[in-house]
Amino acid sequence: MTEKEDRLQRLTAVRPRLVSFALMHLRDRSQAEDAVQEAMMSAIEKNESFAGRSGYETWVFGILKYKILDAMRVQKRHGRWQPLEDEDDDDAIDRQFQQNGRWQESARPSRWGEPEAAFETEHFWQVFDACMIALPDNAARVFSLRELMGLSTDDICKELDIKENNCWVILHRARLRLRACIEKGWLKEETA
Amino acid sequence: MMMCKEATRLMSLKQDRPLTFQERLSLRLHLSMCGACRECDRQFTLLHEAGRRFGPEHDADHDDDGH
Repeated sequence: MTEKEDRLQRLTAVRPRLVSFALMHLRDRSQAEDAVQEAMMSAIEKNESFAGRSGYETWVFGILKYKILDAMRVQKRHGRWQPLEDEDDDDAIDRQFQQNGRWQESARPSRWGEPEAAFETEHFWQVFDACMIALPDNAARVFSLRELMGLSTDDICKELDIKENNCWVILHRARLRLRACIEKGWLKEETA
Repeated sequence: MMMCKEATRLMSLKQDRPLTFQERLSLRLHLSMCGACRECDRQFTLLHEAGRRFGPEHDADHDDDGH
């Protein structure tokens, strides 16, 4: 197999992961697929410029990252986002705590076990996926930029034009929602 | 005395920027007394790690951003 064929094969293999990565950020399947399509095209075009320092897949993810950021800017410009400052429905969070700031009995975090063991089960990733989808759009976007793409909150603020404090608030809520959702979906079945 | 809800705010913040000395201290104090929050802290760290794995399988520490 030539190197080119090998890379095409690897592109095809990694495509589903690229799509779900893009979907977490863009919250729209057809836009996610477009971004992945563009990233794959430009990976093929720029094949020569892959320096081999990082893995090929990592390199492709790097290209996709810029396509996603472009697509997000377009979404935002077209007014497809709820205002980011606006997400003050604290319900899902408040339900986890009592008035005095202690955990609700029903929401007290349980032990999830070793991360490595969790990451190795298909089921954990299905639950993670479902819980990401269930997040409010803006919470999911900010969480994805921070934790999936690995941007700093400073960069996220510049990208989304929000205050850093705002960003931390959104991330705090997103994490609380995610942990509650994952605990419900994953642990309960693990122990069943 | 800091309560659990406020403690989770610091646990979350810790994933995004280094805590100040004061913040670290009050979080540590709270965690030393609260088992539920210790689990929550582990969960936030696990979420952070899960996020990294979701994308390109980072092998080493940080951040090959494809430049």
